[in-house]
Amino acid sequence: MTERVAIVGAGWYGFQSITPEVSYKEMMYEAAVRAYHDAGIDPRRDVDSFVTVAEDFNEGTSIFDEYTPDQMGGILRPNETIPGEGLHGLITAYMQIKTGLIRVAVVEAHSKVSNILHPAHILAYAMDPIYNRPLGLHPYFIAGLEMQRYLFETGTTLEQCAQVVVKNRQNALLNPLAAYPAELSLADVLDAEPVAEPLTRLMVAPPADGCVVLVLAAEEVARSLTDTPIWIQGVGWANGSYSLENRDWVELDYVRQAAELAYRTAGIRYPRGSIDFAEIDDAFAYKELQHLEALSLCRPGEAGPLTVEGATSLEGDLPVNPSGGSLGCGHLLDASGLARALEVVRQLRGEAGAHQLPDVEVGLAMGWRGVPTTSAAVVILARED
Amino acid sequence: MKMRRVAVVGAGMTKFVRRALETADELSWQATRMALDSCGLTLDDIDAVASGTAPDAFDGVHMNSEYLCPGSGGWNKPFIRCYVGGGTGVMAVIHGWYHVASGLFDTCLVVCEEKMSSCQPHPQGAFLTIFDHTLERPLGPNLLWIFAMEMNAYMQRYGLSHRDIALVTVKNRQNAKDHPCALLGEDITVDDVLNSEVMAWPVRRLDVSPISDGAVAIVLAAEKVAHRITDKPVWIEGVGWSLETAYWTNRDLSYPQQVEEAARMAYQMAGITEPRKQIHIVEPYDPFDYKELHHLEGLLLADKGKAPEMTALGITRRDGDLPVCPSGGLLGVGNPIAAAGLMKVAELFWQLRGEAGARQVPGNPKRGLAQAWGDLMQVGTVVILGVA
Repeated sequence: MTERVAIVGAGWYGFQSITPEVSYKEMMYEAAVRAYHDAGIDPRRDVDSFVTVAEDFNEGTSIFDEYTPDQMGGILRPNETIPGEGLHGLITAYMQIKTGLIRVAVVEAHSKVSNILHPAHILAYAMDPIYNRPLGLHPYFIAGLEMQRYLFETGTTLEQCAQVVVKNRQNALLNPLAAYPAELSLADVLDAEPVAEPLTRLMVAPPADGCVVLVLAAEEVARSLTDTPIWIQGVGWANGSYSLENRDWVELDYVRQAAELAYRTAGIRYPRGSIDFAEIDDAFAYKELQHLEALSLCRPGEAGPLTVEGATSLEGDLPVNPSGGSLGCGHLLDASGLARALEVVRQLRGEAGAHQLPDVEVGLAMGWRGVPTTSAAVVILARED
Repeated sequence: MKMRRVAVVGAGMTKFVRRALETADELSWQATRMALDSCGLTLDDIDAVASGTAPDAFDGVHMNSEYLCPGSGGWNKPFIRCYVGGGTGVMAVIHGWYHVASGLFDTCLVVCEEKMSSCQPHPQGAFLTIFDHTLERPLGPNLLWIFAMEMNAYMQRYGLSHRDIALVTVKNRQNAKDHPCALLGEDITVDDVLNSEVMAWPVRRLDVSPISDGAVAIVLAAEKVAHRITDKPVWIEGVGWSLETAYWTNRDLSYPQQVEEAARMAYQMAGITEPRKQIHIVEPYDPFDYKELHHLEGLLLADKGKAPEMTALGITRRDGDLPVCPSGGLLGVGNPIAAAGLMKVAELFWQLRGEAGARQVPGNPKRGLAQAWGDLMQVGTVVILGVA
């Protein structure tokens, strides 16, 4: 229970706007094989537990965990599915190893969103069936409401939100995994068609297909497998209010609690001084700013100005979403958080290529389950002991 | 490495009913409240919440755990749902166990809910969507069909008669008469089972557990905290889980290998070398009568093909040598899927503390095993509880 846990292998498929060349099973297989090869393990011999992340309605299959063991190499072994954020899956694997019962665990999350005719139609089923669903609103109206409130409370401007889009899609130009790299201007973003006032089309992360698999191992095994284990220093997660009517629309208490737990488990007192870069949820442009503040990486109202000053760019003081985030890589449904963690691993290993950040030791990955949820998870990863 | 010990310190459950008027979230809260009250805790004492519920299609709610979160006490807490189909109820205990055994938390609430009656006209409609979309779904299969194949394979392999199997329903419904939350506690005969209508041959109506609504919750605590909460902690001694291939058509259906794998994992962790001597009560998963027999064999508590004989000899009665489903099981208490699995763990908790009332197994049992199963006849989940 005191042994440390490291990420020792990483694999992925995509990310692309559509993937007609593979089924979801083939996508999982491709990513898993890559991760096992990267870790130098044989899943039939070396892996004690398989954790997959999926939601039935997104898959179009009930009891989706049925269709996970074959392509992961997990037949007749411990397997379970977490219907949650990808980082919830990562945390599950981490907890299993911390018990001492499991030595090597694998976590998988994927998105085959291109199979879904109308993702918003599916998302509407996540609304409270009695109070909210009968209103028949597009679920993004929640993001519009929340954004409006955020701008009002913090004095953040539309231009500052648009700058997040410009930055992230530009970062994506340097990331071969990203599905939506682009050179945009502020005007492009601000003048795009409105989705739910004040959100414009380009402020919403476009959906993408992809799969991420990470291999986790207990310290002793990790050191025998690799010279560059990426240590899981802290984990945290929390849920806020499900109800739209009684949630706090200003304070993201659930992100704050998830971050506090992660900082506490990592022994971090001053997050801004300890975290070198962050990969955080940006399903909507304003969310990157709101999340930065809730993660205590800056004060409320500061994230917008910092972004315009360039502090969160690749060359900045605190690079945020160097991968391009969900705005640049594409939103991978519940795999999004695991894609953020994948980027942190690649950066800490020095394998990020054209968008490699210099001298990074500690990175933070954060995921949010999207509207209408108040469910977030945070993981802190580090290169050195 | 020595593992952190985790105990069950409280449990609560709602009545299992055919159609609950409460919402799924309200059912969760009722069970949660009873579990907390049973050990004198409040939500402020709970560090994290582990949730379990089976397909979202029943409640018709996407990301169903988010909907169930407030009722499960997960508001402003770390909250994760786990999911392995019918095996979820016991998996949720394992899920809660590693929350505490990892050292991250001292207390964890485990809440399982199922509201099947919302699914209209019948929950079997939701099960249509569990099958492979290309190979199987076009045939319009349902769970009764595939379980009928499994039951038939089991009967053929060992030359069993339906009469041997029907005894399980008779026993479990009788046991359920003593359970205050049970849906179907009553005296029936083997002939009642054999004369009930054919659902999918050889499965008849009384071979099958009822669809139900209900919720169950238990409270887990780390060793030092558990001793402060109660004088009678019930320890989680072993956990195991295993998932077979999705291609059930390619498997030998006469034996649940995945249950054996899960059991061996749990026995090893609990240091159990002779399960038939060291396990005193069993709550195997019994959505169909033959499944109780199948699982006793998979758990290595009966020789292959011999569980019906044990039943006929009365060994598995509540006052027998190896009481099986003293609660009344899914056949008697009801089968709100994830909640039914957790009900089995709650039953062990009450039995091992000597608090099972009219259902109490005689002879001061010290160790019990609960098991669930599901997906495409594919998953096995096992938890072993014991008192020192």
